[in-house]
Amino acid sequence: MTDKIKKASRHTIQNEGLIFEKSSPGKRAFDLAPLDVPAADPAKALGAEYRRAGVEGFPEVSEIEVLRHFTRLSTWNFAIDLGMYPLGSCTMKYNPRVNELVARLDGIATEHPYQPQELSQGCLKILQLLEKSLLEITGMDAITLQPSAGAQGELTGLLLIRAYLERQGNARKKVLIPDSAHGTNPATAVIAGYQVESIKSESHGQIDVDKLRELVTEDVAALMITNPSTLGIFEERMPEIAAILHGKGALLYMDGANMNALAGVARPGDLGVDVMHLNLHKTMSTPHGGGGPGAGPVAMKKILEPFRPAPILVEKEGGRLALDFQRKESIGKVKAFGGNFGVLVRALAYLLAYGPGLRQATEDAVLNANYIRKHLEDVFELPYNLPSMHEVVFSDALQKKNGVNTMDIAKRLIDYGFHPYTTAFPLIVPGALMIEPTESESKEECDLFIDALRAIAEESATNPELVKTAPHTTRVRRLDEVAAARKPVLRWKPAEKRSESAD
Amino acid sequence: MRYLPKSPAERQEMLAAIGAKSIDELFSSIPEPYRLKKPLHLPGPLSEAEIIEYFKARAAENSFGYTSFLGAGVYNHLRSVITDTIIQRGEFLTSYTPYQAEISQGTLQAIFEFQTMICQLTGQEVANASMYDGSTATTEAVLMAERLTGRRRVLIARSVHPEYRDVLKTYAKNSGLQVEEIPFAAKGTLDTRALQAALKDDVCAVVVQSPNFFGAIESVAPLAESAHATGALLVVAVTEGVSLGLLKPPAEADIVAMEAQSFGLAPSYGGPFAGVIASRDKFVRQMPGRLTGQTTDSEGRRGFVLTLATREQHIRREKATSNICTNQALCALAATVHLTLLGKEGLREMAEQNFSKAQFALSELEKIPGVRRAFAAPFFNEFTVELQRSVRLVNAQLLREKIIGPYVLGTPYPELTKHALVCVTETTTGAEITRFAAAVRRALEQPL
Repeated sequence: MTDKIKKASRHTIQNEGLIFEKSSPGKRAFDLAPLDVPAADPAKALGAEYRRAGVEGFPEVSEIEVLRHFTRLSTWNFAIDLGMYPLGSCTMKYNPRVNELVARLDGIATEHPYQPQELSQGCLKILQLLEKSLLEITGMDAITLQPSAGAQGELTGLLLIRAYLERQGNARKKVLIPDSAHGTNPATAVIAGYQVESIKSESHGQIDVDKLRELVTEDVAALMITNPSTLGIFEERMPEIAAILHGKGALLYMDGANMNALAGVARPGDLGVDVMHLNLHKTMSTPHGGGGPGAGPVAMKKILEPFRPAPILVEKEGGRLALDFQRKESIGKVKAFGGNFGVLVRALAYLLAYGPGLRQATEDAVLNANYIRKHLEDVFELPYNLPSMHEVVFSDALQKKNGVNTMDIAKRLIDYGFHPYTTAFPLIVPGALMIEPTESESKEECDLFIDALRAIAEESATNPELVKTAPHTTRVRRLDEVAAARKPVLRWKPAEKRSESAD
Repeated sequence: MRYLPKSPAERQEMLAAIGAKSIDELFSSIPEPYRLKKPLHLPGPLSEAEIIEYFKARAAENSFGYTSFLGAGVYNHLRSVITDTIIQRGEFLTSYTPYQAEISQGTLQAIFEFQTMICQLTGQEVANASMYDGSTATTEAVLMAERLTGRRRVLIARSVHPEYRDVLKTYAKNSGLQVEEIPFAAKGTLDTRALQAALKDDVCAVVVQSPNFFGAIESVAPLAESAHATGALLVVAVTEGVSLGLLKPPAEADIVAMEAQSFGLAPSYGGPFAGVIASRDKFVRQMPGRLTGQTTDSEGRRGFVLTLATREQHIRREKATSNICTNQALCALAATVHLTLLGKEGLREMAEQNFSKAQFALSELEKIPGVRRAFAAPFFNEFTVELQRSVRLVNAQLLREKIIGPYVLGTPYPELTKHALVCVTETTTGAEITRFAAAVRRALEQPL
């Protein structure tokens, strides 16, 4: 097996227990300056009713132990910084470090959301420039930066649609969602008070426009569309789809998860989209951080503008910026204290680095996906063969014949030094391999990835057991997920004291 | 462009391999009229140095050099170099949600430790991997209570953070939840008589915050008893986590919705923070958000995986417990590192310092004619005072002395016309408190 691995990544295998297991009373990793006011006695001032003795079980360790503990844990992670992380739909691109620096500046990280607006002009200018930039990229009229992440952006968007339709006299009942959509779409529609109606994709993986025409009635509030779709395919009939919806008074929502295929090339606003969210942690490179934080701004057409979550950023005379909380038709707040400002700062830093050159990033992302597709389409099945945009979706149909499935191939990729692609999604492709390289990969990295997947395709035929038992080089082998769910252990507990009595 | 790892020749080579004549060919599925003909009108491109310069210039237009007495849900606590060092490690910073467990054990074990510490802090049995923030955690806790009880009425204390209540109302509007607010009593805590009157067997959750928005500490146990007597669940929101180093945990609550910003996260003009939900083991299958569980690998070694995913949107779609996907993982990691650094003693000492400084600040303010403690209930590091003059006028005077004054309670509570919410933490020095009190005295003495 080893001669095929050109990019060997050896995972660190040192052991590291839980921090609680290292604890020993009396050790400490933190000191405070001495108290410079008279000490109040909490026992006296609060009484026994309110006071606790201390947090039972909290770790007691030294500073070096804390640093080492978390550093060791970090070595068990794969990361973009280590290599290609081609998770489809997740847009794992390079996270520029200058963005981390500027988000931590004194005067940026230190600002309190309730401080006077005259002392927040710098923050507000950052928000204003980001708003303008995102509007330019999306081709929309108005925006809110408040939502915390994509799913909350979806909710905000649907609530905007609902508020608009309510003002027309009827909020309507249903939201249409293609069967290829992200799970957040239907979950969100329910919270917004809508029934979900699924639309089956047609044989090429696109929205079935004739079917859509039948389904769009006066009961339909909106269609939630992802474009490019989760198959990485551009919905060519987007303007027609928009027209069908608008003809019945319904609106078009776009899930912007795949905006990395469009930025600088085409604008959803021009395609007839009424409202969309952006995932700044995808398209605008803010770090995923092991699952968040993100930011999910929602851009919209003018008709939805009055309903934006309060407060709204406004420019007063003399260029002074202010937050306007008096918004009678607002859908309300979706998060306390405005948006995830620190994430918004990073997104603006990213955009400033590119300027209009953002288009080149999009082109490179699409180039990489197509290059990988070209070099793998003879060894993996391509269930939908329309042109690919920023990602390509294969299936494991050919490998299945030897009992090897997409998860096995994914695990084997780990041995070759790559993070797996997205497995088993979209749901309309059984055994999907969803590959999104992003623009951050060099030709060399793409070539190594292609070599790895071709080698695994070969192994699947010649030595399927090797693939089915992968990964072989990681600190832990495949983990027992069934046992984890059957008898959940979701926290550490101190070892039980020995007890004679059984139950 | 420095972020893009391709030379023009490599791009050509790749296009040729694909069999495309130009890059435009790869975008041919976008109908021609909709392809942008002009470059985007965006500022930049800027070099790294120019980017830093731009943000430094913006920082200089903010509150740099001011002393602040603001809290109200966002607290200025000490943060450690160690925390920042850890969360800037690329292995944590630039990784995704740990779906591929074999190469995500670092993130997974850290989440497991986070879940454990949140349980220890709150006196609850199980905690999730994080929610967006305290406000959405509180809302999701209520939705969880609705699923658990099958009831639709929510009683929320008016002394819960106004923005938390706003967020709940936004979510509730279309999910058939009926939200009613319970007033506060003269001493600043929940009006228990009003609660009793409103509590019927159609209530899914009673929601309080402790310490509440006025800084007053609520007695959780009797509230839990009242709620449980009618089959309702008690949801306790905690906005100031450091208080849990000194105060009894809300162990009697059924669900705790917490904001972890106080644990090593910068105020950052309102985010990103980290919400978290803690609850009882028996309720875990109705919890929203990700959970990490312990298991073993095929060779018997301990390892961790995301578990009970059948609650989540990527599996259950419209039947999921929540639509949340991306959460606040890196913020939760920061909180984990921070709490590990503080440890048992450090957290207690930090909490005691907050308490002592707030007591000192109140005693200094109470010496001033025209300042009165508004509520008698015990408090942690925030308290409400009533001034003889409008808080806005006083704050305007304070600004001239480079002090950002306390939160103006009159905005969300029109009846509290002259009430100010004062916050001090371990970062506020005794000298700053004295200077603040002197400035308040001058502001109140000044002829109108």
